[in-house]
Amino acid sequence: MSARIDLIEHIPRLRRYARALTRDAALADDLVQDTLERALRKLDLWRPDSDLRAWLFTLMHNLFINRLRGDARLETPLDAAMAVPVAGGQMAALGLRDIEAALAELPDEQREVILLVGLEQFGYAETAHILGVPLGTVMSRLSRGRERLRQRLSDAPAVKLRVVK
Amino acid sequence: MNPVNEDDLHAYADAALDQTRRLEVEAWLAGHPEDARRVDDWMEQNRALHAAFDSVLNEPLPLDLVRAARGRASLAPRWRGAVAAIVLAATGLGGFFIGRHTVEPVLIAALPRDAALAHVVYSPEQRHPVEVDAAHADHLTAWLSKRLGARLAAPDFTALGFELLGGRLLPGGGGPVAQFMYQDAGQHRVTLYIRRASGQEDTTAFRHAVENGIEVFYWIDRDMGYALSGSIGHGDMQRLADAAYRQIGR
Repeated sequence: MSARIDLIEHIPRLRRYARALTRDAALADDLVQDTLERALRKLDLWRPDSDLRAWLFTLMHNLFINRLRGDARLETPLDAAMAVPVAGGQMAALGLRDIEAALAELPDEQREVILLVGLEQFGYAETAHILGVPLGTVMSRLSRGRERLRQRLSDAPAVKLRVVK
Repeated sequence: MNPVNEDDLHAYADAALDQTRRLEVEAWLAGHPEDARRVDDWMEQNRALHAAFDSVLNEPLPLDLVRAARGRASLAPRWRGAVAAIVLAATGLGGFFIGRHTVEPVLIAALPRDAALAHVVYSPEQRHPVEVDAAHADHLTAWLSKRLGARLAAPDFTALGFELLGGRLLPGGGGPVAQFMYQDAGQHRVTLYIRRASGQEDTTAFRHAVENGIEVFYWIDRDMGYALSGSIGHGDMQRLADAAYRQIGR
């Protein structure tokens, strides 16, 4: 029972990551559901002294990769995802749509690193472990992904600035 | 000092450096404006990601997911259509309201478990720990009181070093649930979980439970159930719970 309670407590963050990764609420929840089902089946493989959250994200990453190979729906950015409602906030300046659109243009491997580090706040070593790649690969994907986002996001306001009356 | 490299800049943006190295990088950035701009932009990206996606954390959990997490994904097919539209918030994990007619009395045994779960789901949140913050305390208590159909007041823990952060409304097995959240100067958080008692439960004395490492002090007072959850040490928890018990019982 305690393991099940632990799984429930991780659902909100798994959903957040899946939503940002797939840009589609229904696909994201499918991914979370598959992750939870797989986790329960494999729970005896999880070492109690290790981080359950990181393990769940590892399972989700593997399922995501499998789907990318088998399901073309995930390979194209989905316009529907851009309509995901967002909480009102102070970020209007940068623009929530801007970051979502810019994120959607990143290669999946860079988007995963950007989200695991920047949104889910995993350490670099944990991120490497989740993705099953060396630390150096994480750092170079992070670096390239962030620079791409920078270019993409700095273009947007520049256009607005040029509007003169 | 070691030369500052690209990885240091990222670690700086992600607050992953120790104090010494952080100060070194900070000093270095002061003399390298182009890199300082890049680091600022990366931090802005992190903030933008949270602004764009943190709202997902506040969405009620779809019942399918709660069920999957509890290992009951293959429920009898006849239920599937009926429950597809029902969402269940994290605290409603009892799953007691799968059908409209099967609301079971919420037993006192479920109180500490549900309260601890609501605590672990919401207390780590940095950006959305509460729905209504303490700056709107009057609105908060009026709103929660109305939804629970009882006059609620958030206990005052100021004397014990905990300030009210705010509160939120959660669906529970037996109806709406209110959660007040408090935080001390060290960012430790405790939550007070309040729901209607089933009517079959008598006023109880204090009870204590440990649920997954979360300490819960809980009691029934007249027709309401209260549970204070946290992991701040037994003595402090007990003092806060005593204060809540005294203030609410007055």
